[in-house]
Formats: sequence, C-alpha cells, structure tokens
Amino acid sequence: MSESAATARSQILNSIRRALRRGEISGAERQAVEARLAAPPRGPAVARARLAQPEKVALFCQWAEANNATVARVGAAAVPAEIMAYLARNNLPTDVAMAPSPQLADYDWASQKMLRPRRGRGEASDQVAITGAFAAIAETGTLVMASGPEHPVTLNLLPDTHIVVLREADIVGGYEEVWERLRERYGKNRMPRTINTITGPSRTGDIEQTIELGAHGPRRMHIVVVRE
Amino acid sequence: MESTARDFKHNVDHALADPNLQDSLSKLKVGFSERRRQAAERLPEFEALRDRARDIKNHALANLDFYLEEFERKVLALGGHVHWAPTAADARRIIADLCLSVGARTVAKSKSMVAEEIALNEHLEAIGIAPIETDLGEYIIQLRHEPPSHIIAPAVHLTKDQVADTFLEHHAKLGFTKRLTERNDLVAEARHVLRQKFLDADVGLTGANFLVAETGSSMLITNEGNADLSNTLPRMHIVLASIEKVIPTLEDAAVLLRVLARSATGQESSAYTTLNTGPKRPGDLDGPEQYHVVILDNGRSNVLGTDMQDMLRCIRCGACMNHCPVYGAIGGHAYGWVYPGPIGAVLTPQLIGVEEAGNLPNASTFCGRCESVCPVRIPLPKLMRHWREREFERHLTPAAVRRGLALWSFIARRPRLYRGLTALANRILALFGRAEGRYRALPLASGWTRFRDFPAPPAGGTFHAQWTKSRSVKSPSAQRKP
Repeated sequence: MSESAATARSQILNSIRRALRRGEISGAERQAVEARLAAPPRGPAVARARLAQPEKVALFCQWAEANNATVARVGAAAVPAEIMAYLARNNLPTDVAMAPSPQLADYDWASQKMLRPRRGRGEASDQVAITGAFAAIAETGTLVMASGPEHPVTLNLLPDTHIVVLREADIVGGYEEVWERLRERYGKNRMPRTINTITGPSRTGDIEQTIELGAHGPRRMHIVVVRE
Repeated sequence: MESTARDFKHNVDHALADPNLQDSLSKLKVGFSERRRQAAERLPEFEALRDRARDIKNHALANLDFYLEEFERKVLALGGHVHWAPTAADARRIIADLCLSVGARTVAKSKSMVAEEIALNEHLEAIGIAPIETDLGEYIIQLRHEPPSHIIAPAVHLTKDQVADTFLEHHAKLGFTKRLTERNDLVAEARHVLRQKFLDADVGLTGANFLVAETGSSMLITNEGNADLSNTLPRMHIVLASIEKVIPTLEDAAVLLRVLARSATGQESSAYTTLNTGPKRPGDLDGPEQYHVVILDNGRSNVLGTDMQDMLRCIRCGACMNHCPVYGAIGGHAYGWVYPGPIGAVLTPQLIGVEEAGNLPNASTFCGRCESVCPVRIPLPKLMRHWREREFERHLTPAAVRRGLALWSFIARRPRLYRGLTALANRILALFGRAEGRYRALPLASGWTRFRDFPAPPAGGTFHAQWTKSRSVKSPSAQRKP
C-alpha cells in the first residue's frame, strides 16, 4: 500500500474511532465481536420453511412458479427426455450450452439424439443453457449457484433460456441452511468467487412499474426437479 | 451532481404542474405501497425481522472500524484489493486511475447511488471514459441527461411514451428506426443494445447493498441481472461502497434480505442476489481478473456517535419515499440532489450541508408513515425535526418564516388575543362559503389552492369555542343528541 493510501485508510478508521469516542476495539469487547463472527447468531426463524423434506420441495416449486419459472418433477432417468420435450414445446434450438459439471454427467444425454450439448462457459450466441444448482431455497423459490470450473457464471446470465437440473435433496428451507452447506463444502470463510441466488427469470419494472421478463438475464427459466 | 436543493420551492412548482410526472406518481401511490403491505402480511415474522435488522445495523455501526478491517483482510486474502476514500474526490481519483490502468474506454455500470453521490459519470466522461448505465431505468435517464428520481426506480417519473421517444431518438442511429408502443418491445430493444455494451466493456462498476465482513464478499441485489453481467464479463470489477454498508455475517445478510425486497417492491425476493468474493480463481472459465473495492466515507463517520447516527442504518429500499405524501406529490427531482424522499431530507443536509438543503427537512407533514414502514426503523421525522432545529439555531431559516414564527409565538402566548383572532378568521372564512367543507380558491392563499383545496373550518366556531361549549353542556340528554 502506498503512503497516501495508508494515510487515507487510517484517516477513515481514526475518524470512526474518534466519533465513537474510543480507540481500536480491544479486550473483552474485541473478544465479543470476534466470537460473534466465529459463531454467527441466526435471526428470527421463519416458520414458513420449517417443513419436512417433501413439503419443502413442494413449497420451493410453488414459489418458483409464482416467480414465473416453470417446474417439472421427474425421475433421474427421465431428465434428458423432459428437457428435450421442453425445448420442442417452446420451439427452442437443441444446440445447448451445458455446465461441465459432474452433477450433470450422470444423466443419459445420449438418449436424446437431437440434443447437442457444448460443455463450457456461456457465450453471447447461446440460446439455451443447462446447469445444475448448488442448492435451492424453499422459502422463496430461489436457486443458489456456486461458481467454479464446473459452473461458469456466464451460463446463468447470457442465454435466453436457462434450464436448471435440481436434486430434491438440495432443496433447503432458508438462506441459513445454504450458508451452512457452503461452509461445509468450501470451508469456513472460504466462499466460491460468485454465488448467484436466482429467483425466476430476469425482470424489470422500470417502465411504468409494470413487470416485464427478460431484462438482461434469461427470459425463461425451467427447473427440472429430480425425484429421489 | 450539482444540487438544486436550494431551489426546492421552484422545483416543487415545476413538479406539481408537470402532467406526465403527476400521471406517473399516481401509479406509484398504489403500486409499491400496496405490494409492500401484502408481502409484509404474508410473513408473520416480518416485524420481528425488522427489529433484528435494526439491531444488526446498530451493532455493525458500533463496531464499524473492526468490521471494515475484517472485510479488508478477507478481500486481500483472496487476491482482491481494497481502496479507502475519505472524500468523493478521492473515490473519483481512485476509480479513474483503476480504469486508466487497464486502458478502459467504456465502463459498464450497474446502478449505484453512491456513484451518483460522487458524480462519477461526469468525472469519467471528462477523462474520455464512457460510463454506460445498464439498469434499464438508469439507462433511460442517462440517455435523457436526467438524474434518478427514485433510489430503486430511477425512471419512475417517466411514462412509456416518453421512453419510446427517448429510444427512437438515441437508437435510430443503431438501426432501430421504429417508434415502439409496447413495454416488452422497449425492454427487448434496450436488452439488445446493452448486451453488446456489456460484452465490449473493459471495466464493470457496481455498488454494493452489503459488504459481508465474515467472508469479504460484496452483495448485490437486482431484478434485471445487470449487476451480474457487469461483474462477470469485463476483466476488471470495481465495487464502490460507503462505509456503513458493512455487516458482520451471512446470517445477518439473511435477515436484511428478508426485509429489503419486501420493503422495496413487495417481492418475496429480488430475482438476483449475488455475492462476489475476490477475482477469478484458477480453473474458472469466466469472471474478472481484477477485483477492487473502493470504500467511501464522504462525511459519514462524522455522524457516528451523534444523535443523527440512525440515518446510517438505511439500506436504501425506498419504502419511505413510496409511502410519503410529499414525495407522492412532487416526485424525486424536486428534492434537487441524489437522495429524495424522507431519507433524502435527512441525508442531504448531512452530505452537502444544511445551508444548501435546509428546505428538504421542512418539506414534511410529520405524518410518520416513513418511520412506520422503514425496515430498519429509522426515526425519520425525529431526524428531520433535528435538522429544522439546527437550521433555526444557525439563523438559516428564511426571514419570512422567522417573522411568521415570531408572530405566531407572540399571539400563541396571549390566549385572549389568540381566541379573538382565530374567531375572527373563522368568521371571515365563513364568508367565502364553506358548504362543501373546502375551498377551491381563497384570496391570499393561491399558493395553496392552486394544487389542492383548502379545508374549511367546521361550522360552530373555533376548536376553543366548541370545546368550551361541549364542557358547559353536561346533561346526559344533551350528550346523546346527534
């Protein structure tokens, strides 16, 4: 850090401490804030999402549809056929961008001769993307995408149509359970570069407060919930 | 941006006489506030969450230095950079230098009120860098060279037809020569034009709704996905955030998210909530190579520890303006600077001085709706009253107002004179006819009656007269009279 940058930094921190009439936090007070960081207290529990797993799945589907996504619930073997049927139903191309994810590798894509997946990041010319999801939140019908080599962020954003393959077991009640799963997977204080939580297709209300879908991200979102 | 808060009264006259604005504002009154009410009712824990949201922000403010340093430590550990900007000029210089360091020609910008506060666009343009607003509302007003009129719906003052004219004027050179009449066509055209701008941009600049100290993440909330494209496609991502945006943990973020979208638009959740933590990682197929966070003070630390500290809890949802009868009558531009509505009336005198913005805290009826809907329970009327007191103490109140108040206090301290004068005024007003309970026009009160009716005093004399009369009639039979 340059000298002027260090000065700017201490100028702000000192100004804060002066205003709060204390020096740098130390002693018992410091221990208290450090303990709060180490074991974050949860806010008031939201009853809506404290359900048994099957009801959580149903609640997720209900909210996702309320937020303009479409949902299909199928067994693992039927996933490629469901996606092919969705593409045909909506007159969409069968050249698709697919996340290079082990989560998606187990489905029998070859069973759909017409489907031509290209594995990699999203490109501006992509019409359709197929990805998995790290988790999903029943409380609001929200998908949680964790970025990484197996899930490029561009797939969530660039294509017109986003198809998400979601396992029932990855549907949780609220945000707090997602944070727990992230800490388990990536380690405490270690986040993936980007977490996109996505609730339905992109939208805007900027013209006369009327919702229009497909502002910048996908215009359509189809969620294939895989039964276990 | 240049403030016109000093000309508030002139701005208000202009706003009240603008039919397009009045048309747009009439939709606002039923839209956001009704949807917020429904969303709050759907969540039984909403009031408890508001209490917790207030407590979380208070805790963060009481330990602001600690959480900022913690946030910085986490960002640095992941290969990101943190820049500290005591003033607006510092932030502008830091951002300009970062853009120049990668030879940037265009910057894809996602709506940021802090960027408006430091007049970033004007500064970038002056050094030959084109900032492109990508939020649809911000894009529309950028084309029209207007400031935002609402903190979450910057083009809420415009009608569809005005947007259509603006697009025709600016997109014709790109081959879009047909004037559009449907909203979805307008959205599609803007999407098409802006998609290329995203792909071409060298730098993506976003604000932050929250900075999470626990993980070093910046948190962004949009419905369009424009912030996400801004922080994914360009090779450099700059986050501009003010000091009070830092919160301790992800659990705290969960509480704030639950109140933010519901208070803002009445949505259960915005479409996109994104956490960014550092630059592209090894093996990533996309994402920015550089990640910078610029932390701005700009006078905020002076508010800490004072009786005005509550204003720093604000999470910029816009509920206060959506529920404000004054905002609903005049819109956002009349406030004359970046932040309109009740929160603007409190923040603006702090950020640009009560000398310049003293009119704003006076433009309130103290009806209290703003405080009643604020997700972090900021006592906005109390803070506005505080500014009025400061203004009066510093002799900034206009002479006419001071004389009026002096006259009022002279009369109010002399009960007999007061009663005599009010009884007289009541009788004079009666001469103008009060059958309808209100006046369309009154001599000497055209400033009031031009845009609204003046309430007529009820028959039966002044309040004092009626009170005395009701106390003297004690018999039960008289009380039962209709």
